[in-house]
Amino acid sequence: MHKFKKKGSNELPPISTASLPDIVFMLLFFFMVSTTMREVTLKVRQTLPSATELNKLEKKSLVSYIYVGVPHREFQRAYGIEPRIQLNDQFAEVSDITDYIIAEREARNEAEVPFMITSLKVDEYTKMQIVQDIKQELRKAAALHINYSARKRQAQF
Amino acid sequence: MSRKTPEIPSASLADIAFMLLIFFLVTTTMDVDSGLERRLPAFVENPEEDDTPPIKERNVFIVLVNKDNQLLVEGEWMQISELREKAKEFMANPFDLENLPEKEYKEVNFFGEVGISKGVISLQNDLGTQYGTYIAVQNELVGAINELREELSKSKFGKPYASLTKEEQDAVREIYPQRISEAEPKKVGGK
Repeated sequence: MHKFKKKGSNELPPISTASLPDIVFMLLFFFMVSTTMREVTLKVRQTLPSATELNKLEKKSLVSYIYVGVPHREFQRAYGIEPRIQLNDQFAEVSDITDYIIAEREARNEAEVPFMITSLKVDEYTKMQIVQDIKQELRKAAALHINYSARKRQAQF
Repeated sequence: MSRKTPEIPSASLADIAFMLLIFFLVTTTMDVDSGLERRLPAFVENPEEDDTPPIKERNVFIVLVNKDNQLLVEGEWMQISELREKAKEFMANPFDLENLPEKEYKEVNFFGEVGISKGVISLQNDLGTQYGTYIAVQNELVGAINELREELSKSKFGKPYASLTKEEQDAVREIYPQRISEAEPKKVGGK
């Protein structure tokens, strides 16, 4: 009657690992496609404000970032605990913004310059003073198209 | 002399792939950048020499934010959550009230002659205002206009604003323009 009974060993066969590379590659491709390269190391602490009416930043290559926030603990000895501006990988002053914008423009194709956007990534608890100074500086540099970076919040009714 | 070429061992393939995977996990971020898009006004040397004609009081919606993140809207103390309704009422002025903005009758594609509000939202904050509040206020104001556009497009075309054609969107935008002006902030509240 025991037609289906296995003969001989009761051991389980080892699980084949031949497909493991394929699975890992699949994961790899997923991450390669869905993520973007980190360009700068944040030296300031940030909690972005949340908002509902958001626009997505379409062309990443045309965006220049200005970060504002309280420096991380390891920089606090040198830079204090007041919110500071970070451009690229360094702390900067408000007066450096014009140079930064010009440098960003030089790095782009001339035809793309009118479409450049400046993204302000500012910590929620920063006072408007510093933001206002940045805006004034951007106006002087004629970088008028800006984006206040914010997190998505669900609309409440 | 036909010798079989030995097969390349593929046991290490998984390890290599893992290494690549971990590299990408570490160096990349997943966040999608989004935010409130605004246009700054062009820089003027002497803001005093501004010769634009004064705007009538009824056409301006004044929002003031102080250093304690409190709102004064049209002379009334208000919560951020009430701002959207108030701004919508101002921009739409559905009953043509005396104290709400005038309308200018103009020919618009798809709609025929419509009254377009002359209203301008004016936002002024203190230098001590928190950035979070500033964004929240901006968000409500932009949201108010977006909602008006949404309602108009639903009632006229029966579909959401985002799925209208370019011409239809332009027409809706013409009826409800996004006119938010930011005054130079004042330093009243000290630090």
